[in-house]
Amino acid sequence: MSMKVAIRQVDGVTILDLSGRITLGEGSVTLRDSVHDTLDKGSKNILLNLAQISYIDSSGVGELVSAFTSVKNAGGELKLLNLTQKVHDLLQITKLYTVFDIWDNEATAVGAFN
Amino acid sequence: MPDSTTSRVSLTLGSTLESVDTVGRTAEDFAQRAGFDPDTVPNIVMAVREAAINAVMHGNAYNPVKRFTASFQTSSDSLTVRISDQGPGLDPSSLPDPLAPQNLLRGSGRGIFLIRAFMDEVHFRQLHPGTELTLIKHRAPAQPAA
Repeated sequence: MSMKVAIRQVDGVTILDLSGRITLGEGSVTLRDSVHDTLDKGSKNILLNLAQISYIDSSGVGELVSAFTSVKNAGGELKLLNLTQKVHDLLQITKLYTVFDIWDNEATAVGAFN
Repeated sequence: MPDSTTSRVSLTLGSTLESVDTVGRTAEDFAQRAGFDPDTVPNIVMAVREAAINAVMHGNAYNPVKRFTASFQTSSDSLTVRISDQGPGLDPSSLPDPLAPQNLLRGSGRGIFLIRAFMDEVHFRQLHPGTELTLIKHRAPAQPAA
C-alpha cells in the first residue's frame, strides 16, 4: 500500500492528511512532492496528520526531516499531528522527538502556528 | 513455511524495491512463527527491510545485473537473518552517528542505526565483493511458573 495525501485548509494552516506507508520510493516521493507543492502555492504553515500512517522506514523518517528543513528554510513552520505509537517510538529512538513540534489535538496544533 | 522450532529459507532476489517487500513479508512470517510478541515482530521486520534496502540501494545500487540474498533461520531460541549484496563493501565504522547534533537533521543515514536498535546482534562481513549483514534476535526465555 502506497501513501495517499488529502489536503485541506484550516485557519491559514495547510493540513496534509497522510495515510498508508512512508517508505523508500513512492511514499517518500509523494510526501516530498506534496510539501513542495504546498510551499510553491505560498502556504508556509503545514501540519502533517500522521494518524493513518501505518509504517515509516528510515527513508520516511529522513523525508520528514527534509520536509521540516524545507519548510523552515522557506520561512514557514511544519508540525506533526497524531503520531501512532510506532511512529512515536521511532522518533524517540532517533532523537527527533525533540526536533519536531508534535501535537495530538488538531485545533490546538492549528492554534500553535505563529 | 517455517515452524516454531527450526527452519530455514534462502532467497536470491533482484535489486528492486519489490524484492525489499518480499524480504519484509518473509521476515514477518518467520518472526511470527518463531513466537516473537506482536510488539517485537514489526521491529524485526523494519530491521530486516532496512538491511535489504541497504543491499539494494547502497550495495548493488539498483544494478539489475546484481542480485542479493536473504536467508532466514529460526532455532529454538533465536531468529537469524543474513543479507548479502554484491556491492563495493561497507565499513560500518565509517558511518556517521545519526544521533550526533550535527547529523540530526540529515535526510538519510539512519538505516544501520535502526537495525542495531531493533536487533540483539548485528555483524558485518566483507565478501570481496559485497557485504553480508547478519541480524540476530533472541527470544526472551520463558518465565518460570509461579
